[in-house]
Formats: sequence, structure tokens, C-alpha cells
Amino acid sequence: MNPATPDTASTREVVEVPTPSLVHVESLVVVLGHGRSARTVLDHVDLAVGRGGAHGLVGESGSGKSTLAKTLVGVHRPAAGQIRLGGIPLPRRGLRGRRPAGLPRVQLVPQDPWSSLDPRRTVAETIAEAVDPVRARVAPARERIRTLLEQVRLDADAADRYPHQFSGGQRQRIAIARALAADPDLLIADEITSALDLTTQAEILDLLADLRTRLGLTMLFISHDLAVVREVSDEVTVLLHGRVVEQGPTEDVFARPGAEYTRRLLAADPGAPGFSLDESG
Amino acid sequence: MAVDTALLAEAALRGPAPRRAWWRSPSLLAGGMVLLVLVAVGVLAPLLLSGPAGTLTGDANLSPGGSHWLGTDPFGRDVLARALVATRLTLVMATAATALSFVAGVALGAGALLAPPRIRQVVLRVVDAAVAFPSLVLALVIAAVLGAGAGSAVVAIGLAGVPGFARLTYNLAQGVATRDFVTTAHLLGVPGPRVLTRHVLPNVSGPLLVLLTSSFALSLLEISGLSFVGLGVQSPQYDWGRLLNEALPSIYTSPWLVLAPSLMLVLAGVGAMLAGDGVARIVDPRQAHGTPAGRSGRTTRRKAEPEAAPADDAVLVVDGLVVEAAGRRLVDDVSFRVRPGEVVGLVGESGSGKSTIAMAVARLLADGLVAEARTLRLRDLDLLGRPPARRLATELGIVFQDPSATFNPALRLGSQLTEVLRVHLGRSRAAARDAVVAALTEIKVTEPARRLRQHPHELSGGMLQRASIAAALTTGPALLIADEPTTALDVTVQAEVLRQLRRLQREHGTAVLFISHDIGVVGALCDTVLVLRDGRVVDRTTGAALRAGEANHPWTAALLAARPGARRNEETA
Amino acid sequence: MTTATAGATPAPATPGTGHTRAAGGSVLDLPWVRFAVRRAGGLVLALALLVTVTFLIVPLIPGDPARAVAGSSATPQAVATIRADLGLDRPLPQRFVEYVGGLARGDLGTSFRYRVPVSEVVATRLPYTVQLAVPAIALVLLLAIPLGMAVGVLTRGGRRRPLDVAFGTVVGTVAAVPPYVLGTLLVVTFAIGLKLLPPGGAQTPASLVLPILALALGPACAVARVVRAETSSVLEQEFLRTARGRRLPPGWLYLRHALPNLLTSVLTLTGLVLTSLLGGTVVIENVFSYPGLGTEIVQAIVSKDYPVIQGIILCVGALALLVNLLVDVVLGIVDPRSLTGGHHGG
Repeated sequence: MNPATPDTASTREVVEVPTPSLVHVESLVVVLGHGRSARTVLDHVDLAVGRGGAHGLVGESGSGKSTLAKTLVGVHRPAAGQIRLGGIPLPRRGLRGRRPAGLPRVQLVPQDPWSSLDPRRTVAETIAEAVDPVRARVAPARERIRTLLEQVRLDADAADRYPHQFSGGQRQRIAIARALAADPDLLIADEITSALDLTTQAEILDLLADLRTRLGLTMLFISHDLAVVREVSDEVTVLLHGRVVEQGPTEDVFARPGAEYTRRLLAADPGAPGFSLDESG
Repeated sequence: MAVDTALLAEAALRGPAPRRAWWRSPSLLAGGMVLLVLVAVGVLAPLLLSGPAGTLTGDANLSPGGSHWLGTDPFGRDVLARALVATRLTLVMATAATALSFVAGVALGAGALLAPPRIRQVVLRVVDAAVAFPSLVLALVIAAVLGAGAGSAVVAIGLAGVPGFARLTYNLAQGVATRDFVTTAHLLGVPGPRVLTRHVLPNVSGPLLVLLTSSFALSLLEISGLSFVGLGVQSPQYDWGRLLNEALPSIYTSPWLVLAPSLMLVLAGVGAMLAGDGVARIVDPRQAHGTPAGRSGRTTRRKAEPEAAPADDAVLVVDGLVVEAAGRRLVDDVSFRVRPGEVVGLVGESGSGKSTIAMAVARLLADGLVAEARTLRLRDLDLLGRPPARRLATELGIVFQDPSATFNPALRLGSQLTEVLRVHLGRSRAAARDAVVAALTEIKVTEPARRLRQHPHELSGGMLQRASIAAALTTGPALLIADEPTTALDVTVQAEVLRQLRRLQREHGTAVLFISHDIGVVGALCDTVLVLRDGRVVDRTTGAALRAGEANHPWTAALLAARPGARRNEETA
Repeated sequence: MTTATAGATPAPATPGTGHTRAAGGSVLDLPWVRFAVRRAGGLVLALALLVTVTFLIVPLIPGDPARAVAGSSATPQAVATIRADLGLDRPLPQRFVEYVGGLARGDLGTSFRYRVPVSEVVATRLPYTVQLAVPAIALVLLLAIPLGMAVGVLTRGGRRRPLDVAFGTVVGTVAAVPPYVLGTLLVVTFAIGLKLLPPGGAQTPASLVLPILALALGPACAVARVVRAETSSVLEQEFLRTARGRRLPPGWLYLRHALPNLLTSVLTLTGLVLTSLLGGTVVIENVFSYPGLGTEIVQAIVSKDYPVIQGIILCVGALALLVNLLVDVVLGIVDPRSLTGGHHGG
């Protein structure tokens, strides 16, 4: 990877620069399944996200992007390679249980708005659990819950309702509020708008941009939709079958794609000007 | 009964559903009442009736009638009283056995979940091997070891129920443990045991409760069965099974002796079944049979307004289409036409009615939906009446959204793709196969002959959609309905499939009704576009206009603007 | 500047290579072979479990089994003889090896009561039990599947509610009645009351009617309920809508498209019902004084004839495994996906 050029503004930290990036992934290999059905889902992936940055991870199904997100939060164990958060290596057991001091807080907002919230708990209880994981008491957290709901543009009376009473877009907002309640340094959004209507998606993307500026969040944004990634990220990584085929500042990658696959992705986006269904040559 | 609960467990794993109130379930109330009555009998009968039940009198073998409602046994004891008194022992044993199965089974299943992978595999395989044997085998083994008796019967049946509970607990817990809200809880830092009690257990409690009910019923009947053959309760104790056992030798002379214990056993069994069904329905209301009583999707003519003489050559005429479900209008007075060779797009968000319109035209509406229209015509075929199946199948082609769900997973592709040719056009198997192979080659599916022999799950989504399109075009239809055909596909695959669709559409001159939520795709592919919102057509425009980013109607403009990067495209345009 | 990997894009693991032998793949990739390997492993484990459990019957008996068998009035020599017969004077591992060795040779021991090889006892009685179990299983399948499917089709989407309720009530009630109660009531009604059929024994083919009915009716109703529920569920699947779109005649639609998918889930659960039916056979034989394995094992347990007990349990257990295997094979024929899937079975 190349260091940021002087005339591009913000903090895009990479390997050689002394200040550690918030997320540093080096030569990561993840294998899922065992025995005959084992497959290499991530194949020597490198990635770095600087503090306050927004990094987009784009790939089609089977590219390994969700696996990467889950490995960052400790659901999957790397077979090789290293992950460092804020310079501190990720513990073997992932982020469950005891965490090393000083390890940045990471929260993940998953794709499916229907299974990311416990159907038996009210919104208030769900967010309260993020505020106080061990005892999850609602009463002391009421004020915080109200503020968070406001931040994600939901009515305060949503707090005492159950997930099934909300639409998909609203549930995603609740999931974001819960993630914010844990005061994260890094927010990973794993295809959070893929199941939503276009207009709802636009609202959520708007919300994310707003939160990012206001709270100074670092974000890793995962999507199969090129246009979405382009809208929200400063830097982008393109994954294909578990390997990084292209990486760099968003505008550069989109304006001058180096890899054949990136070009194909760009050519396939129906929203791009110049998209044509007539077969070439 | 154990069989139904396995179904229920699988259903529960598909996802949670809001629970129904327990007092709304008639079977739960009925079953619960029966069981309560039995418990009451169990408590009270030994206190009140132990006299008539136990005292030997000289009134031996009296037939039913008089002061002895169900007669007396060879020792002069009142049969009904004995059956009622036996309730307590029967219920106590059944409860003990069920408790044993439940506690040991759930512990084993939960333990397997928390154990390291090696141990887990061993435990699961042993449990599966144990499940393969009838519970009676284990019961006989234990009866052989401990000798006949009430205690050994309870232990036997209790242990026999452990593998079933263990397997169900493990499956349920695993299904829930991998759900997103559980992984999130871990990520938030909630301690492991708390995750279990706060999130996992409440979500598996429903199916476990159902299994508990049915396990109770089963234990009761099986313990009685053991007593019946002489291996369970021994004299002078007696439960229903033992009473039946004692009644059997005199079945010729005093057949009424079997009535009382039989009735009690049937009552208990039915009561538990009702209660179990009731609980099942509460836990997952979707399991309840039948949707709210609705008529099947039918199209009926509205007011018989004389329709305009069909002088035009329109492939599809839709006039005044209304679709309702449970009083709500999903499609509200929609009218449009499709000319030969034209590609008409229906675009809108979810709930706009676009797919419903397509299904109404195709006469494939779901049960409970009712459609009405002034005119619904495919060339000269009146879709409001009863068009001949052959014409409908060959002149109207349909491509559905989800390729992985479109095809029958149990049948090979070949038989499904050639079905219309064989059934409606009378082609031979070989001729139909050749036609489909040619169509697949045309749409650039590799190794077409081999694909026909494969099952749907062996092919990728893009290939399946192309096969769908190709098969639909083999009959040379006048109209192809494509309901979000590329929504479930990757972006690069989508582009390729759309290109093939356009090429074939142009070559064959087929008219297409194309439904999508993606206004970019619709703009690229379609000639005419209808924009839908809340069941109504709010704008009619052209593909060319959309490609140029022009929109007259504010909603169309909103949809265009909602595309990510739309603003940037405008700036650079 | 961006970095881009030069050269060819990495090749994916193709999802659609299918179940024909892939180039370079071994014979182990063929679905039936993988099925056979997997089931063989499961069978071996299940048999091992069965053999171990039957072996452990004697060592686990509390107290002194030899004295229990001999009776309270036996002489010390008689007890010692029996102790030697039971092998209680030898160490446990050695007994286990001898036991397994004997089984491998087909030697199931000698009955205490009859003084004949257990294999003879089993061989005499096994055909009677099979005569009950096999027709009962056939009756369950032949009754339940067409009935459940017909009701499922007729009541789909909320049609004909009364039929749905009536079916559910009748079938649910019969399914809730245990076979031995049903058998007893059948005897009272048909044999004693109406004097239509013999109440027991195995002399005539007619004497098989009542036991088979008693054995099969309950499970048939249980399976019918499942078939009906599964039919409703299959009819709501998307691929049924596709098939409807081909405007096929209803018979073709239901038999060709719905039935195979139905059988997949029904067969899995039917396997459970059928193995419990084997257990029911043991109890039913006692209702009808039927000279099969069921009546024999009860007497053996009461009279503590351990070799016979072990032999019969081995036999019944092996039959259960056979039924399971057959169900899995039929399932594999109907739905080839199950051959390689993670279907759990002994």
C-alpha cells in the first residue's frame, strides 16, 4: 500500500507511519469448515483503517467480506496473519470475556434487521444491555436511552415497544443506537442497508454520515453495492474470493480502477452513467 | 406426539413470532381443564374412595349398575373407585419420569453446546445412536437390571426420554446461539452464563415446553404399558396399567373390568394432547392451521362495462385492476397496456403493489387475495375468465425473483425445464430436451446437457435465472413477466443476465413486463416505465427519460435522488 | 495511487460442480458412497452401544445375580454353577471379550429355563413378531400418507375449515390412545362383543387382524397429522407457485411436485414413529397372547433368564437399526440431497 499523498486531507494512516491505525490487518487467513469441507475464505488480506476514517469493503457474495467483519470481532479465529486494534493484538479468544486494557471498543451492526434484536426484549432493555452488560438495568439508563434514540432519529416512545412492531429501517436504527450505547471507537456496519428500500437506505446512510461527523466515529462499511460504498467511504478495499484485488482512496479507485474485476464491478452498476445493456463487441 | 414436536422445533428455529395470549387457545383451555381435573382426582380420590377401592367384599364380579357404576372386580372392589384412586400413583410416576428426562436431557444438551468440539461430537453421536432405538428397549434393559417394580419403571422411562430432550435442546440452543442478537450480546461484553439465561433460554423455552407436555403424556402411557405387561407397578400397589393387567384374564367373563382404566388412560392421553397442541399454537401461531378464512386468489369481472373493441394488437391490456386482501387495497385502480415487443417496467418500493400486479396478471395470487378488473386480457385471452391451460402456459412466460426457491429441489432441472413442452405441447422427452438445450446454449449457459441432469441446488443463482428465462422463452410466449429477476443476484451477474435478457427479447420480439425496485435497472432496460406507490400508478415515463435523470413527478424524482451517488452523478453529468 | 493485483483474478470454488465425479476427485465424492460410509460409521457405533448395553445388564444388577436367578431355596452348588454360567467368576473385560466373541460366532448363550440355545428361542419367535410388525408398518404408511395428503390439499389456504377441524379431532384422539388400550378395546368389541374375530393366539390369519390394527392405528394417525401439516407447508413453498405457473393438471401438480418434497420431511419423522412401533409390538403381543418376542421377553425378565433377555434385546435393537437404515435409504432415493446432508441418524 502506498502512503497518503500530501494533498489528500485527512488521516489515512498506513503501515509505515508511526501513529498506529485503529485497525491493522496483516496477511489474514481464515479457514471455515473442517476436514473435507474446509475452505479458505480469506486469503492473505491486508487492511488498515485510520482513526476517524471511513473504510469501505466491497465484494460480491462469497468474497469473504462478512467473514472479515466477524473475524475482527472475534467470532472466527484467524488461521494465520495478525489483527491489531489500536496497536494491540487481538486476543486469541477474540473479544469475548476479558479484554486487554486499552483495546479499542468495537461494535458490529449486522445485516439482518430481523434477527439482530432479541424479540423478547423491549428496545429499552436492548439498549440498556449495551450500557450495562452485566446487569442491564433499564431505570438508570433511561436518560441515555432517550438521547440515543434521538440521535438515530427515533421517537422516545419507541423505547417500550418490541422489535416486531417496527419496520426494517427502524430496526436498523435501533441496532445502531445499541452499538452507539457501548461507546465504540470502531463501528462496523455489515451490509446494514442491503435489505432496505432505496429511500430508507438513503436515510440510514445520511444518518451514518451525520453520526460520523458528530461523534468522530471510525467506520468500516461493508457492502456489495459499489455506489453505496462510494458514497460513505474515504478508502475502499475490493475483495474477490477472499483476496484483495484493489485498495486505495475511493475516488482514485473509482476514477482509475487498476484491476480487471474492479472495472467489471463499475461497468455493472446500473446507476452509473454510461451503463449499457448492449453487449460489447 | 413426539413427532409433532420435532416439526415445531424446526419451525421455532426459523424465527421468533409474537406469542398469542394463552387464554385465547381453546385446546389449551380444554386440555388444561382435563389435566386439572385429573390432578384433583389424584389428590382427592385416595382420601375419599380408598374404602370402596381397597376393601374386599363378597360382591364379586358384579356388572355395571346400581351402586357400582362400573361394576366390581373378582375381589368385590368397586372398579371405578379403584381407577380413580390409581390416578395419584400414575400421575406421580409420570411426573417423576418426565422430570428425570427433562433435567438430564436439557443438561446433556446444554452441556454438549458448551463443551469443547471433540467431546461435543462424541456426545452427539452417542445421543443420535440412542435415539435410533425404541424407548421400550432401554426400558426393558433397566427393568431387567433392577427387576420389575414401580421405581424401575420410572427410572427406565425417565432415562429413555433423555436422548430426545438432549437432541432437541442442543438443536434449539444452537439455532439460537448463532443468531445475531446472541453474538451481539457476547460482543457487548455480557458474561457467558448471562447470555444463556437472558437470551438463549427464553427463546428456546417455547418448544421445550411443548416437548415437556408431550413427554409427560408419553411417559404416562409408557409406564402404564410397562405395568400392563407386568414389569411396572407390582401388587398390592396399582396404577391404571396394573388395573388393566388384572382385568385381562377375566376379559371373557367380565369384559367391563377393562373399561375404567381404559377410559382414564384415554382421557389422560387426550387431555395431554390438547394441552400440547394449545401450547404449540401459542408458541408459534404460524403453526396454526390455515390463514384467516379467505377465498382463493380469483379474478372476477367488475361491472360489465362494454370493453373497447379489441381492435388493437396490444399484448397485454390491464384496465382498472384492484387487488384486496383482508379489506386492504394492495393495488388500486391500475391500468396500462403492453404493445408487442415492448418492455414495460413497473418500479416502486416494497409495498407499492408492483409484484402483486404481476401475480394478478399471471393468475398466481396467493390465497386470501381477491382481484377485480374491468379488463384483463392477454392478446385475445380473457384472463378474467377461465382461459385454457395450454394457451396460458405457452403464451405467458414467468421468471420469479429468488432462483434458489423457484425450482423444486427434489426434481432434476431437466424435468422441470421441459415440463411445459411435454405436458402442454405434447413433445417427446427427447425433443423437449433438445429444445431446452438449444435455449440454454443461446443464453450462454455452459454444459447445458449436463445441467439438465443436475438438481437445482447444484447450480449458482445466475445460472438458474438464465435457465428460467431460457425455459420461459422456449414456448415462444407473447409476454414474459419478470418479477425482480435479478434482485437476488450479484451485481456483475445481474448485468450479464440483463444483457442476455435484452438480447433474447430483441431477437424473439417478446414483450416483457419487468418488475424491479431498482430504478437504475428499470431505466436501463425498459422502454416504458410505470412508477408505483401504495398501489397506485403515480407516474408514467420512459426508460430514456430515466437514463437522462429526468423526472416530472416528485416521487420519481425522489426515487432517482435516493440512489447512492445520484447527487454526484448529477454534478459530473 | 491505488494498488491493484496484477494478473488473473483468483479462481473461485465453483458452487455448481455438481455430484458427478469432478475431475481429479475420488470415488469418495459420489453421494451414495459418502452416504454408505457415513451410515456405516453410525451403524457401527449404534451396534457397539447395543452390545455394550446388553452386556452390562448382568454386571449392573444390584446384589448377587446368581442367587437371584437360583432362587432363595437353592443349594450352594446350584448357585455356584449358575455363577459360573453367568461368568461372574471371571474379570469384567474378559467377560466382555467372550461375550462379543460369542456374538460374532452367532452364539447367544443358553437359556436358563429351557436349556436350549437362545438363538433357537429367538429364531422360533422372531417370525411371529415380524408377521405383526411388517404389515403394521405397511398399514401405517399406506393409510397415513394418502389420507394426510388428501386432507392437506383439500384444506389448503384455509379452505373447508370444518373438514380440517374434524380431521384434527378424530385423528388426534386416536393418536392419543396407546396401542395396548386400543387393542384391549378392540378385543372387547370385536372378539367378545361381536364375536367377529379371534381374540388371540396365532392360529389363523384372522387372528392377526386385531393385533395389527391395534398396533398400526395410533401411529397411522400420528403420521397422518404430520403429513397434513407438511402438505400445507409444502403447498406454500415458492416452487409450488412456479409449478402452478406452468398450469399443470392438479394431479400432476400434487403427485409430481408436492409429494417428493413431502416425503423428505415425513420420512425423517416417520422413522421415529416406526421404531416406536417396534416397541409397541412387544406390548401388544401381551394383549393378544401372541407367541412372539414380546411375550417371551416379559416372561424372561420375570424369571430372570438373562441370556434370553440379552438375546431378545439384541434382536429387537438390530431390527430397529434396520428400520432406520431402510428409512434413510428410501429418503436417499427420494431426495438425493439428504445423502450428503447433515441428517442426523444412528
